Amino acid sequence: MASAAIQVRDLRKDYGPVEAVRGVSFDVERGEVFGLLGPNGAGKTTTVEILEGYRHRSAGEVRVLGHDPAERDRQLQQRVGIVLQSCGFYPRVTVREALEHFSKAYERPRDPDETIDLVGLHEKADARAKDLSGGQRRRLDLALALVGDPELVFLDEPTTGFDPAARRTAWGVVRTLKELGKTVLLTTHYLDEAQELADRVAIVKEGRIVADGPPDQLGPGSSRYRVSYLSGGSRVEHQTDDPTELLHRLTRDAIARGERLEGLEVTRPTLEEVYLELTAEASST
Amino acid sequence: MSPMALAWQQFRFERKLFWRNPSAAFFNFLLPLLLLVLIATAFSSESEELEVLIPGVAGMGVLATTFTALAFNLTLLREEGVLKRIRGTPMPAGAYLAGLIGSATLNAVVQVALVVAIGKLLYGVDWPQDPLVLVGFTLLGVVCFAALGVAFSHLIPNEDAAPAYTNAVFLPLIFISGVFYSADDLPEALKAIAEALPLKHLIDGLSEAIVGGGGDAGTAAVVVAAWAVAALFLAVRFFRWE
Repeated sequence: MASAAIQVRDLRKDYGPVEAVRGVSFDVERGEVFGLLGPNGAGKTTTVEILEGYRHRSAGEVRVLGHDPAERDRQLQQRVGIVLQSCGFYPRVTVREALEHFSKAYERPRDPDETIDLVGLHEKADARAKDLSGGQRRRLDLALALVGDPELVFLDEPTTGFDPAARRTAWGVVRTLKELGKTVLLTTHYLDEAQELADRVAIVKEGRIVADGPPDQLGPGSSRYRVSYLSGGSRVEHQTDDPTELLHRLTRDAIARGERLEGLEVTRPTLEEVYLELTAEASST
Repeated sequence: MSPMALAWQQFRFERKLFWRNPSAAFFNFLLPLLLLVLIATAFSSESEELEVLIPGVAGMGVLATTFTALAFNLTLLREEGVLKRIRGTPMPAGAYLAGLIGSATLNAVVQVALVVAIGKLLYGVDWPQDPLVLVGFTLLGVVCFAALGVAFSHLIPNEDAAPAYTNAVFLPLIFISGVFYSADDLPEALKAIAEALPLKHLIDGLSEAIVGGGGDAGTAAVVVAAWAVAALFLAVRFFRWE
């Protein structure tokens, strides 16, 4: 089996006395969409910028497609596409001109027009960058990151500031990347985005990973299922690891009393609840 | 593509960008020519004055198209994140900067040629006495002021401050370096400052090449070259991508 696309071991980054990243470890397998989820200032962007080769780490081991990104090997940059968090562009260049120019630095570029189609900018191919909407600009960013036909794509907060429709479009592009077999490392502070796109998520808080796993399996342990019903007009709620046993007891007792369990619900905590619980725990310690 | 071919691609891209921004093209490129024509028409009927003005405006053109343009543009590219974006691609840094600086160089060379041509065609100043010396000083000036522009961009905190910073250097420098009148007429203190800076020496060299100005071309070349070496060191040492 091929080694992981990204390996991070006990990564640390200090800015003087400020520890932005405090011992982060994770692997991203090839073909996987991996999400780093966390509030602003959690250390996500610092982590990603170390992997992209923009920053030097203070300690720890990092491999990206088998390379140390700090060495800034052009062979690595041929295989990686980067969408930065916010990044300007030449205002007076058209989408097609931009892609044609940027494709030249790559040994095996994707066809510029094909790349424009991939991100859904076909109708804007001859528009200048300054005339694009915010969402279209972000799609141009994405196209520029994909024109080298990279194996690995970094997406740092790819939909921040998008309206809901533009977010859906961007999500579609990420799914397309996955279908194409690309590895994607995504940072986001939107929970639904991580839940929607990522195969696995690591929740980052204050420079540490506080939980990781597939988004639907992330849970703070004891309160994985919630069973609730209406009783006398107010909602009664139980939390349990074993809903089968609890439901059996509740329904048995209700039948014995000749009652109905109005508004009965069995829910799993949403990623949002897990996230809020985990990040609250981390900040209280 | 080889780094050389990529530098050429970048150069062509920069040319396209240059002509897509007519106001910038005007200020960096046509403004010195406009000043030349206005001042020559209004004040410099004497050939003696034209022989100061033509090399002076040629030197100012080199300053505007390299130092001012690069300091301004690099600040903008850095603050907008364009440099960071390019840093994330396989484009070699040297090829990128060669394309960018190459474009500024072409502007400077065209500028000097236009000034000389206007001098000849409109005002009857003879063609350069020593074209090789003219080419040599133009290129030396380009290297010096392009490197100074890159180095100076490191000092400019953000894009809003860029016009103020570049004008704070550009305007005093052209007034003390003998662009519109002979620097010999200046007070001693200003003359001493101008002597220490490269523009006056570039203009001396251009003057020698264009009108046989009788200046000390050797000293001029040494001073401009010394500034070029120092500026190249500073430009590379303190380069900031973001």
